Amino acid sequence: MIESFASQAPVFAAQATSVFDVGDGYLLPLVLKLVFVLALFFVVPLVGGYLEHKVMGRMQARRGPVEAGPFGTLQLVADGIKFVQKEDIIPRAADPWVFAMAPGVALVPGMLIFLVIPLGPGVFALDLELGVFYALAISSISTLGVLMGGWASANKFSLIGGLRAAGQLIAYELPLILAAVAVVVQAGTMSLVGIVEAQATFLVPGTEINLWYVFPQLLGFGIFFLAAMAELARPPFDMPIADSELVFGYMTEYTGIKFAMFLLTEYAGMIVMAGLITVLYLGGWQLLPGVPLPGCEGTGGLFECGVGGTLLGVGVSLAKIMLIVFVFVWARVAYPRLREDQLQRLAWLALVPLALLNLAVVTVAKVVF
Amino acid sequence: MVATSPPGVGLLKGLGVTIKHLFRAPSTQMYPKERPVLPPRTRGVIALMEENCTVCMLCARECPDWCIYIDSHKESVPPAKEGGRARTRNVLDRFAIDFALCMYCGICIEVCPFDALWWSPEFEYSDYTMSALLHEKDRLREWADTVPPPPPLDDGAVPPAEVVAAIEKANQERELEAAKQAQEAAQASAAASATTAPAAGRAAEPEIEVEAGQIDQETFDKLIAEGKSERIARSKAKAAWVKKEKARLKAEMAAAAPAGEAAAPPAGEAAAPAPKPAEIHVEAGQIDQETYDRLIAEGKTERMARAKAKAAYVKKEKARLVAERDAETAGASDAAGQAAVAPAPDAPARKLADVHVEGSGEIDQDVYDQLIAEGKSERIARSKAKAAWVKKRKQALLDEGGDA
Repeated sequence: MIESFASQAPVFAAQATSVFDVGDGYLLPLVLKLVFVLALFFVVPLVGGYLEHKVMGRMQARRGPVEAGPFGTLQLVADGIKFVQKEDIIPRAADPWVFAMAPGVALVPGMLIFLVIPLGPGVFALDLELGVFYALAISSISTLGVLMGGWASANKFSLIGGLRAAGQLIAYELPLILAAVAVVVQAGTMSLVGIVEAQATFLVPGTEINLWYVFPQLLGFGIFFLAAMAELARPPFDMPIADSELVFGYMTEYTGIKFAMFLLTEYAGMIVMAGLITVLYLGGWQLLPGVPLPGCEGTGGLFECGVGGTLLGVGVSLAKIMLIVFVFVWARVAYPRLREDQLQRLAWLALVPLALLNLAVVTVAKVVF
Repeated sequence: MVATSPPGVGLLKGLGVTIKHLFRAPSTQMYPKERPVLPPRTRGVIALMEENCTVCMLCARECPDWCIYIDSHKESVPPAKEGGRARTRNVLDRFAIDFALCMYCGICIEVCPFDALWWSPEFEYSDYTMSALLHEKDRLREWADTVPPPPPLDDGAVPPAEVVAAIEKANQERELEAAKQAQEAAQASAAASATTAPAAGRAAEPEIEVEAGQIDQETFDKLIAEGKSERIARSKAKAAWVKKEKARLKAEMAAAAPAGEAAAPPAGEAAAPAPKPAEIHVEAGQIDQETYDRLIAEGKTERMARAKAKAAYVKKEKARLVAERDAETAGASDAAGQAAVAPAPDAPARKLADVHVEGSGEIDQDVYDQLIAEGKSERIARSKAKAAWVKKRKQALLDEGGDA
């Protein structure tokens, strides 16, 4: 693997062709890709947020939003409009520059990860050889934004929230990366498109049965899932926000559009993590293991599709993402918040050793078979 | 989660509870769009039945918030009997509840000995100013129209004494009503034939059966109570009825005096010469029941009896009309008799407040539409239309009561 890694220079090179690579020009594909990423970034999180509102409401014997738009579908849009109208307050003691930049630093990485997440056959902006590495590295930058916000607010709640967030994100980054590494080992590539392809062609040794990685790596899937939830700082892992003890953690002093940016970061993060889980463990845009999409002729029935197959693939991906978001919400409604020490104990004493074990088993298995 | 958390069945149970609720109907009430389903004895607002209040001040004194304001003065009432002592009576000047202070404990309602205070389920009276939450007695009286009727008794429960009394009274009234209708029907045909029959006399008909053979119930009951036999009581009651009927006819003649004046020709005076019996034409539309019965008892044929009874009726009627004519000349001297028969026009009018009307949410659509057209809010229009309906209903009841 290392050999193949070294042979493929330059590292940030596009592997598969995107559907947005039309014509010979430079500008048109660029604009198309930007539009795609921005549309993904601003629309899918809103859908996920609406799903969260509705599911959470029904689970709590409520209706969720009903007034804004048909069935309350435009509730988050209305919230956004409201946030824009709010007064933008910067506390007198705050460090104004850092304070103002923090939401952006948290938000932009979330947008950048959408660049590499493949939603369907050719439906992605970039297929980086270092896809997994890129996604996990970029997502760590968000931590910096959270820490900046907590520090610059000049507020003890914000500071404690920011430090808790930093501690939590560092603690859960490790099992997250270790679980992802196991997938990379099994797939033999870091490219997200490559991992989907590897899943489509993976056969259980000695048989003809095709399986997604969630089955051989069930342990890794669980670790990744838990760590992703903790990375998002969502209940039951919302110690950095902990509104019953820290007001609203690192977001305490934020108002208006900046606060909205933090919220959007959270929703976009949910979609990004769900997208990564889909790609790493759930076979990407495959409908069922071993069943090629209709009209697709490429490797494993995943590429070179017609318009119908492409759209179907995108639909399958989005459905999987929403399913995972639903599980996030489900866990959020069902469980109370972990204490800070329980949170750290879970990460360092359970998830990290198990992730190392998972990596070792996968590596040995990879060599043996 | 599944793999790493300690083998916790509880964790899965938690997920099970939440997923179960996902498929249950939410318990949300869409309040401003749909009226909430409230229990019938909801503590929404306190209503005042002003006419029940005796200004005993118990409510104001028991109120933990001191949010009830009562002002009153004393009036002396003239003695009911000659030579009696004049009494004093408290008259309510002001009764107000400050719902900005009220904590809806209901102690005032519990403590009221005269059922002047009631809970009403209405709750939409919030306002932008605190002072608007001070409801004076007019407003509190309006809430009284929204008080629901008391809950039904359990099956097999003994009905309350006052309800039994009321039902009895209602039954009696219904009988009287039926009797009156029968009498009116008979009168109508009689009056159609008697061209000079006085309109006022008909309108002022007392509540006595005119059909012959009727008995005087009071006398009958009295005699039965005295232990007389059924037969004797019946015959005596019949006699009593005849006597009464005669008195009635006399009174009718008296009542006819002013009406006869109006009906007389323009130049006619009250002292115009009375026409002889022969000059009065009576349409033979009815038979004289007494004569008829007598002839039948004597063994005459049905046809013969009917013809003779008809003739007897005409004769009687003519005699009656002549007597009436004579009575006209008596003029105002019979005013007392007239007053006894006809309802006196200046009888003390019953007040609207004396009538209680139970509303169950009916509104007066005209008023409602008009208010809506004037731009009032839906809530205000509805409550005012409700009040208008109650007022109308009361007026209608009052009018009915005046006739009876």
